[in-house]
Amino acid sequence: MIETWQQQIKEAAARGGKLTPRGGGTKAFLAPSHAGDAASHVGDMLDTRSHAGIVEYDPKELVIVVKCGTRVADVEKTMVDAGQMLAFEPPHFGEAATIGGLVATGNSGPRRAYAGSVRDFILGAKVIDGKGDHLAFGGKVMKNVAGFDVSRLLTGSFGTFGVITEVAFKCLPLPKAQATRVFEMESANAIEAMNRWYSEADPITATTFVDGKLYVRFAGAEPAVKTAVAKRGGTVLPNDVEWWRDWREQRHSFFATNAEIHRVSCKSTAAALDDAETAIEWGGALRWVHANADNAAKVRYWANRAGGHASIWRGSTSVHANAAQALSESLKQVQTKIKTSFDPYNVFPNLSPVPSGEAAK
Amino acid sequence: MKAPTLFEELANVLSAESLKIAEEDLRPYECDGLSMYRALPKCVVLPEDEKQIAEVMRICHAHRVSVIARGAGTGLSGGAMPDPNSVVLSTAKMMKIIDIDPLACSARVQPGVRNLAISEAVAHLGLYYAPDPSSQIACTIGGNVAENSGGVHCLKYGLTIHNVRKLRVVLMNGDIVTLGSDGLDSPGYDLLAVMIGSEGLLGIVTEVTVKLTPKPKLAQVAMASFASVETAGAAVGEIIAAGIIPGGLEMMDQIATEAVEGFVHAGYDLSAAAILLCESDGTPEEVADEMARVSDVLRKAGATDIKVSENEEQRARYWSGRKNAFPATGRISPDYYCMDGTIPRRELPRVLNEIARLSEKYSLRCANVFHAGDGNLHPLIMFDANVPGELQRAEDFGAEILELCVEVGGTITGEHGVGVEKINQMCVQFSPKELTRMHEIKHAFDEHALLNPGKAVPTLHRCAEFGRMKVSQGKPMPFANLERF
Repeated sequence: MIETWQQQIKEAAARGGKLTPRGGGTKAFLAPSHAGDAASHVGDMLDTRSHAGIVEYDPKELVIVVKCGTRVADVEKTMVDAGQMLAFEPPHFGEAATIGGLVATGNSGPRRAYAGSVRDFILGAKVIDGKGDHLAFGGKVMKNVAGFDVSRLLTGSFGTFGVITEVAFKCLPLPKAQATRVFEMESANAIEAMNRWYSEADPITATTFVDGKLYVRFAGAEPAVKTAVAKRGGTVLPNDVEWWRDWREQRHSFFATNAEIHRVSCKSTAAALDDAETAIEWGGALRWVHANADNAAKVRYWANRAGGHASIWRGSTSVHANAAQALSESLKQVQTKIKTSFDPYNVFPNLSPVPSGEAAK
Repeated sequence: MKAPTLFEELANVLSAESLKIAEEDLRPYECDGLSMYRALPKCVVLPEDEKQIAEVMRICHAHRVSVIARGAGTGLSGGAMPDPNSVVLSTAKMMKIIDIDPLACSARVQPGVRNLAISEAVAHLGLYYAPDPSSQIACTIGGNVAENSGGVHCLKYGLTIHNVRKLRVVLMNGDIVTLGSDGLDSPGYDLLAVMIGSEGLLGIVTEVTVKLTPKPKLAQVAMASFASVETAGAAVGEIIAAGIIPGGLEMMDQIATEAVEGFVHAGYDLSAAAILLCESDGTPEEVADEMARVSDVLRKAGATDIKVSENEEQRARYWSGRKNAFPATGRISPDYYCMDGTIPRRELPRVLNEIARLSEKYSLRCANVFHAGDGNLHPLIMFDANVPGELQRAEDFGAEILELCVEVGGTITGEHGVGVEKINQMCVQFSPKELTRMHEIKHAFDEHALLNPGKAVPTLHRCAEFGRMKVSQGKPMPFANLERF
């Protein structure tokens, strides 16, 4: 498979063709487009699903090495059977979700604020770049500072550097106990509670504020969870495993809207933006906002003031076109040069639309 | 009119005591913690703020003079070693803690702030900065960012990369950029991940926003004795298999325990072939629960003796041996050379046996201390630099250990960095195309390759000279074609 893809990429590079790596297509709504092309014209799809399987998994080493086309669900099933998990709790957005797509889009789930992000758990990765070269960075050990950390750079690169073919993740054990409590409160109090309780060393692994209710998931050693729950009170959330899965997958009614949804990453303590329908998670560091023509600019302005940035998650414009506004000229230049080093012939998509030819050598 | 010289221009932006040119003033900067490599720089600058750093960088960029960043100079791989044509930029005067936000669990600090000073400044808030390299009393956060430093607690709490949210960085051309954000992610490529651990090759960090961690209410350490290094190694795997991620999990072999016991009297079992230190932290209930499970696993795994610390004083004593392993080794040997390879833990018996064989081959003693939880080995090769040939033998011994680490699926450096020390072994771990990509990434930040030249990522020419180009897909590289590189 690798050789076939290398060949395909080399041919595309030679004839000025374009390729878009694609796994299960579950996150296509986030995908960037090719420079200068209409969003619909992305060249040939390079379907990664045929390159699937777990290459290596030794639970005692806390490392799993997986081929890009492997379904996330299959990986998680294998890990759960061994009492372990991908601790960043990745959203799937569909059963077909693959590991390659997960890393390329770089989305983490509810546990992100407490355990870390996709990139935090990447130990190494392989990629076929726009020249058709198959390169390996990082490794499969816990600590590795040899050379630049290119494997982590691949996270969230949306296939713009090439095809991510294999990834090694650090695994963590599943918590022994878990309990979720619900608290009715105002958004300001919820933001305060999310931050304060964490800073007081509660064993929290997820927080969400939506519809006037704060949901807090406590997990860890059984005695620690019992103590924390007794201390904080709240009402029991039955079937909390399902509730968090639905929240992670954005099946909650909050996401069932015709409004554009903006994703706002900000400082966890930033005050709530109260004049737009908002849900808050990640201890306050992630806000989902129902936006419209009237308040979109305001949301962006607010996000910048809150030490972060806003991007359109589901809506009419590309996520990237929007977020790219936040980069300085210097950083845009650095990013373009790195993109060019991986993909000098512009075979793969671009993270943000740049004038045609600019990224070509 | 004659163009101003480099020194003249630097003197225009820096105070007299921030620009050192006289040889006696340069001498303290001739090496870092890896003292076998020394050189004097052209000059040393000690800027007082970000603005001065940007000015210095612009001037050096215009003169095409290279710049080597330096924190406390505690690095163990020669990453801050000067070269005669370079300006050393020390962050020693930038040691302000700018602000602390206890609710958001973050602190914004200048690069010259010491690692431990951050934890000390926030201790009254019940918080600390988690990565704790053994040099934490002296090493700076700027140096930690450059090296992606770890420490004895990093299996559970992560490395520098997991504990830094945002950086302000001056690029070689003097541009100031912000990487990361006050939130948990930022738009575009994750350049923060590339900057951390880049060994001063991509930019000069001027401000670091670190994540603070709530201090666990209690910590306890179990000390277990084993009759062989194999059983001790297997016990580590069993702890992980039981679903436990200890706060710290360290192993020392008998040569190491003997060395430290004579130095700090930590109370180690000298009859054991290896000892494990396993720390549990959290709420008192959590610790009690985990310690019971840890003791049970250790006993089943063949521990001949287990002691659990009963108070802070005892816990500190058990750790004192591990934390003093390097100086203790220095006490029983005129010189020592510390290696830093990381391996999959299952390969431990094979690697330790091979190190024992190499120890005989080179007729040099070697003590092994080991961050067992994350597979990071620190073999301490003992030698006497005054005996002709011993330094060379120690270096050859070390090189063989590193190449063995790569062979078993590991890496040449877990936390000390490549610097100048392991630059040849980079040719063993990475293919020419991979190294080229790293150079291209450097080029994106530093067009004229002026930042910390000759460190961390070898040129292909150097690899060819070293004669150990990584074999790619079973086909050796054609070494003869030197002009290719």
